[in-house]
Amino acid sequence: MSDAVSAPWLMAAPVVLPLAAGLISVVLPRGRAELAVGVGALILIASSALLQTVTASGTQFMAVGGWTPPLGIGWRLDFIAALFLTVTALICLVVALFARGYLRRALPAVDERFWPPFLLLWAALAALYLSADLFNLYVALELLTLAAVMLVTLEGNGAALTGAMRYLLVALAGSAAYLLGVAFLYQGAGTLDLAQAAAGGAVPALAVALMTAGLMAKGALFPLHGWLPPAHAAAPAPGSALLSGLVVKGAFYVLLRLWFEAEPIAGTTRQILGLLGVLAIGWGALLALRQARLKLVVAYSTVAQLGYLLLIFPLAEGAWRTAALSGGLYLALSHSMAKGAMFLSAGLVLYAAGHDRIAELRGLASRAPMTLFAFALAGVTLMGLPPSGGFIAKWQLLTAALGGGQWPWAVVLLAGSLLTAGYTFRAVASTFGSAPAQRDFRTPPRSLEWLALGLALAALGIGFLAADWLPRLEAAFR
Amino acid sequence: MSGNLPLAILLSSLLPGLAIFFLSEERHQLRVALNISGALLKVGLVAAALFGVWQGQHYEMSLPLVPGYPFLLRLDPLALLFVSLSAVLWLLTTIYAIGYLEESPHRSRFFGFFSLCVSATVGIAMAGNLVTLFIFYELLTLATYPLIVHRETPQAIRAGRIYLAHALGGGMVLLAGIAWLHTVAGPTEFAAAGGALDHVDAERRTDLLIAFALLVAGFGVKAALVPLHSWLPVAMVAPAPVSALLHAVAVVKAGVFGIARTVYDVFGPALAHDLGGTEILAGVAGATILWGSIQALRQDDLKRRLAYSTVSQLSYIVLGVSLFGPVATVGGLVHLVHQGVMKVTLFFGAGNLAETLGLHRVSELDGVGRRMPWTMGAFTLAALGMMSVPPLAGFVSEWHLGLGALEAGAPWALAVLLVSSLLNAAYFLPVLHRVWFRAPAGPWQEQMPRMRLETRLSLLVPPLATAALVVLFGLAAGSSLSPLAWVGLISAQEYPG
Amino acid sequence: MNGAIYGVVGIVLFAIGLYALFVRPHVLHKLIAGNVAVSGVFLVLLRSGHGAPDPVSQAMVLTGIVVAVAITGFAAALLVRMARVTGRATLGRSSGP
Repeated sequence: MSDAVSAPWLMAAPVVLPLAAGLISVVLPRGRAELAVGVGALILIASSALLQTVTASGTQFMAVGGWTPPLGIGWRLDFIAALFLTVTALICLVVALFARGYLRRALPAVDERFWPPFLLLWAALAALYLSADLFNLYVALELLTLAAVMLVTLEGNGAALTGAMRYLLVALAGSAAYLLGVAFLYQGAGTLDLAQAAAGGAVPALAVALMTAGLMAKGALFPLHGWLPPAHAAAPAPGSALLSGLVVKGAFYVLLRLWFEAEPIAGTTRQILGLLGVLAIGWGALLALRQARLKLVVAYSTVAQLGYLLLIFPLAEGAWRTAALSGGLYLALSHSMAKGAMFLSAGLVLYAAGHDRIAELRGLASRAPMTLFAFALAGVTLMGLPPSGGFIAKWQLLTAALGGGQWPWAVVLLAGSLLTAGYTFRAVASTFGSAPAQRDFRTPPRSLEWLALGLALAALGIGFLAADWLPRLEAAFR
Repeated sequence: MSGNLPLAILLSSLLPGLAIFFLSEERHQLRVALNISGALLKVGLVAAALFGVWQGQHYEMSLPLVPGYPFLLRLDPLALLFVSLSAVLWLLTTIYAIGYLEESPHRSRFFGFFSLCVSATVGIAMAGNLVTLFIFYELLTLATYPLIVHRETPQAIRAGRIYLAHALGGGMVLLAGIAWLHTVAGPTEFAAAGGALDHVDAERRTDLLIAFALLVAGFGVKAALVPLHSWLPVAMVAPAPVSALLHAVAVVKAGVFGIARTVYDVFGPALAHDLGGTEILAGVAGATILWGSIQALRQDDLKRRLAYSTVSQLSYIVLGVSLFGPVATVGGLVHLVHQGVMKVTLFFGAGNLAETLGLHRVSELDGVGRRMPWTMGAFTLAALGMMSVPPLAGFVSEWHLGLGALEAGAPWALAVLLVSSLLNAAYFLPVLHRVWFRAPAGPWQEQMPRMRLETRLSLLVPPLATAALVVLFGLAAGSSLSPLAWVGLISAQEYPG
Repeated sequence: MNGAIYGVVGIVLFAIGLYALFVRPHVLHKLIAGNVAVSGVFLVLLRSGHGAPDPVSQAMVLTGIVVAVAITGFAAALLVRMARVTGRATLGRSSGP
């Protein structure tokens, strides 16, 4: 492939295709699902091709419309971006296939309205991964928020609308803080490109702090996580899968680039971020263990899992820096898939039982064994058990912690696994036994169960790609 | 080419297991065919491997996994010891389970996870480094959980929860140990007599000892070392074939085997002894032997009594591993096999009593020997073996353990073994007395229609076969085909010169 | 005219807006507060240019305004729906946004 000619078009595809499909879907009376699935398949192909391109010829740059930064929009595609694009495309395609069958049966009122924000969200994520400067990232983040909030509102009940509103307002505050940080950075460094600013040696700490705070609000990182559980639990299941799997990781993606491409701040601040992560792991897991509804369990689990991502900050120091960073990215990728699978199976539980109250699910295991198997398998990735992608991540972080002489973080990593096991198996065990006679469960459609299981298996399976991916992820931060 | 054999041994249970998940409940015959053919194939493959390794062949397969640690499967003599035990007992337990679970619900789920358990076990046996071992170790934890909660009663669910908490907790400690060792010594793989850690600086010996302690504690949960043993008696709510598999083969032996690998092939006996780790381990094993036996005395529930007996007997193996010297090694490792066949026989017997006559308690067993002479005959042989009565298998183990204790200069260990034999007699002889010499209290509560045999054929053949092995392994201990001879080969590798 | 005043006023507006966004219970107040905060940011952005007039900071402010208008419009519509369905224009229990 001669990338000088074909790569720009290929690079634009993951953004332009879903955006165009999203706009078309607004005016399309029916067949939106089919459009989304078709376009989704194309995006997955394009993203895989981009992954090949990066592998073959290294990082790609592109000035959209020929206008160069800083006034024009600059896109950059490195291995990390290509990997996130591909994994996102995979998850979105599975979610699209799932939603196509699920909404029609479970939530017919939502069916047609799901697709435009879904496609917009996909485009925004792709733009986020590709953006080369901090202001473009801001625009992508705003688009992402808008689409995500729309997904939360879909069911239109009080809980959904209130949850969406809360989410929107937190995101608004977060954007303001982020943008103020961008302003300070531009003032101090005269550029919006992080790498350039870092090379010039002028990255004001205040700018980084503001951007970090804003991103933490958008990414529901402790203690700014309060909006997440009600919002994520209120969305229809395929929407929750996207929100928990991808949207919050989008903010994390930016945070990681911000902190580790430029290395603005070292030392104590990182330890503080790590401590916040510990609190998130403990607090999220504690609440997940106490929830009465399955979707809220999964949502609080997201709060806890995001805490692991914060552990990267203290761990990525010295000789073990790249190990921790590659572990963190692996964690984000495998969690995306696992969280998606978990919410999809929670949606199937909701469909089968008509509710998701854990206390009233006894007997479901006999009726929907595959759904629960998918749920448990996704839990295995979250627990970081081998051979899942979560295990690879945990191994990297664990060796970084022990190798760097920071063993307390290792204790947190391991204890967190047990807490995850606690709430996963509490939910699974509640479905064992024989159902009371008056309880009537529906059998979930096989095809949808396969999709949830497939995503859970993918999260498990990317563990086997570690030998290929880890060295390249590490190289990206060298 | 030679990498295919380990893979085939793994897949011979993994693939049938996965296929079984997708069979509908009514496909009884196909499920049986898949199970039995997989088990037979595995026994055949293992026999080929035994012959090959005897001839000096080298079987190994490796795939890249994480940096420094390939996914490594390798057939060395120690691996084959455990693989052979698993393969043979899997075949027998599968036959037994098919008979035992006739007409019960969720059989596809049961046999699917059953096969996964065995696959995990042989994976543990063949793993060539700690990370590969850990993968299968955790798979074993997860695959066993559905078997324990199989009956889906509140007790079963509670037992499952306790088991998971212990096993996953142990797994995390194990992972910490593996990672700690990795950061001290870099990537390692198993090597006979150790040696991989000899290059580590003297000032990092504390780290090595910490790693040793973490590894042993992690494995110790499954090996039911006191005080990490309490999941084992609780897990007795599982169906009898699961108890037989768990207690004789899969879970507990995985823990013991892990300890053996750690001592012999990660640290090497010399270094482990030098660090002082094995001394503490021997003490813990001694305490566990006595504690388990004393607890067993107090149980009226037959399966719980057997469970505490397991706790005690497993530590014979750990004791043999932790005493420095080739003879103790022989005694410990040969007990890995001997305890397996004895305990599986006992659990088959307990299962037959429960399934045929609805008997669960020792106090209900008066005169049952007249009703089920074959079952109880097998049971009796295994119980006598447990008491180390010559010339049965248990005696061979205990003889070498005792000699090894003296060789290692640990006469206290010999005393522990002797006291434990007496305790074994104290909790098994009253059972045998009731079974054979007391009159039945009343008519039996038959659980299945009467037939010509005392119970279903599929429930009768496995205990008779394993009881025959108990006798054979004792009588033919001197033959070059016996487990003892094979263990001698391992011991010679671990203590060269 | 001294440019520093933009920065100072901007930061003050940002702080006031953020404070009100967290403290005010009524969602419409929160929304307006959010807009005040963002406007403060725009002032800082305007002053962040290098060499007068810096087209980059101008472009950022303009784009930012478009984004803010879109978000505000969407939020206002959401607020109306929310008030209609729940009968309240507050977020309930916790007062934080």
